[in-house]
Amino acid sequence: MGDPLLSLREISMHFGGLKALDKVSFDLHEGEILGLIGPNGAGKTTCFNTVSGVYRPTSGEIRFRGKRTDGLPPHRMAALGIGRTFQIVRPFPNLSVLENVIVALGLRCYGRLLSSCRPWKGRRAREDAMKILAQVGLESQARQKAGLLPLGNLRRLELARALALKPQLLLLDESFSGLRHEEIAQQEELVRKTRESGISILLIEHNMRVAMGLCDRLVVLDHGVKLAEGTPETIRNDPQVIRAYLGKGGNADAS
Amino acid sequence: MSEYSITIGTLIAIQAIVACGLNVIVGYAGQISLGHAAFFGIGAYASALLTTAGGLSFWSALPIVLGITGLIGLFLGLPSLRLREDFLAITTIGINFIVVSIFQYVPFFGGALGIGGIPRIVLFGERLRGVSFFFLTGGFLSITLLICWLFTRSWSGLACFALREDETAASSMGVSPVRFKLTAFILGTAIAGLGGALYAHSMRFISATDFGFPMSVMILSMIVLGGMGTLWGPVLGALVLGILPELFRPLTDYRMFLYAALLLLMIRFQPGGLLGENSLARRTFSRLKGGKS
Repeated sequence: MGDPLLSLREISMHFGGLKALDKVSFDLHEGEILGLIGPNGAGKTTCFNTVSGVYRPTSGEIRFRGKRTDGLPPHRMAALGIGRTFQIVRPFPNLSVLENVIVALGLRCYGRLLSSCRPWKGRRAREDAMKILAQVGLESQARQKAGLLPLGNLRRLELARALALKPQLLLLDESFSGLRHEEIAQQEELVRKTRESGISILLIEHNMRVAMGLCDRLVVLDHGVKLAEGTPETIRNDPQVIRAYLGKGGNADAS
Repeated sequence: MSEYSITIGTLIAIQAIVACGLNVIVGYAGQISLGHAAFFGIGAYASALLTTAGGLSFWSALPIVLGITGLIGLFLGLPSLRLREDFLAITTIGINFIVVSIFQYVPFFGGALGIGGIPRIVLFGERLRGVSFFFLTGGFLSITLLICWLFTRSWSGLACFALREDETAASSMGVSPVRFKLTAFILGTAIAGLGGALYAHSMRFISATDFGFPMSVMILSMIVLGGMGTLWGPVLGALVLGILPELFRPLTDYRMFLYAALLLLMIRFQPGGLLGENSLARRTFSRLKGGKS
């Protein structure tokens, strides 16, 4: 494999005396679905936030496509090609579903003074947004206010917004939590399709069945430290991982 | 129309312009400001000084006035990058008091006496007063509304809406909070500056107390009443709050009480404002439209 798309080198993130992340390193390769798992409070979301620019890591290096990106603000990361969703959904509640997606379509316009003065209410933006909404199956709700959607649709809306950025890397923060069974299946299908379209994915997942089924490789965090890394098969049988999830002496069934 | 009602009309139009400016900051970009009268005042003082001591005409002073208020708006918008909601509200109140006391105590600004002898605006060789000044103000109000309308249709406007709704989500979509909050502050305060300049030349005498905190509250009341974030809301709000005191003239002493009561009733029954989402006016309008088609 060539150079990794995303690489974290010895990333530490300290909040006062709390080491939320302690020298975590891993690579994500082009076209890969990499899962970030671990018990509650393991540092998964903190890890996401350092990658997406919300936090500046205390120490360590993050490279995206070979370029140092740690410490860049979130809007620059979006422009570089990293899209993300949020664990607790963050729609623009008073805008329509369509407008929610159009906000993301403006990515190339926000950086330049001249193009940010151009109108957004054009036919092209609307058609592009409708296409993306059709991809995630929300086209019939396009006119509705985003704040009125149920959680399942909000998760799909978040995915649609992230896709509208035309990212190279997609960060999915627990995109499956709170969904019903059939919704999980739909969402899994969507993630697979997204990968097929050439977008690499880093995801956080609590649902072991989903994580094991979807990811090519997994990185396990516990108390801010990387515990293990490997294919779902090796992770499933890793005694350290089992101990982290179930405690010592537990029965080895993580599903 | 009597001269009196024309004066009231002119004042309402000026306040509508200032309210439109605040609407850009509060309604579009979601940054609460309780110190908008400061920029109204800065515009008025800038124009007054440039046309009296500076000897410029209104028209050549106007671009400078807009530049000055926008620039000061940019600096005073900086706190919005670090403070949210209630803290920002308190900070902007502070800004209002500081600006007023500078006007009041620095001799350069005329101190407590204010600035008098502000020349009339000359357009096509004619000194504007009464009806012609009213039409000039109306013209500027139309231009302001046009600019606001264009802004809501631009990517910058959409970026501001997104920031208002959710800053974290917006920035993950490439919207720079710094850039667009400050854009809203510059635009909003420059519009207030325009209103201030018109005010100075309509009154021809200004003093610091015209631009105090009560004025800020009144401007904010206008947009809350009319409908925050809507295009016509600030105009309607200025109209209602401008006419009501005239209707209730015998009740002048209770004016602030009436404002408060009105605001509370609004929040209870029409939280989005008279023209806001789900308001009585909107619902009736869409029902009428639906009935026809």
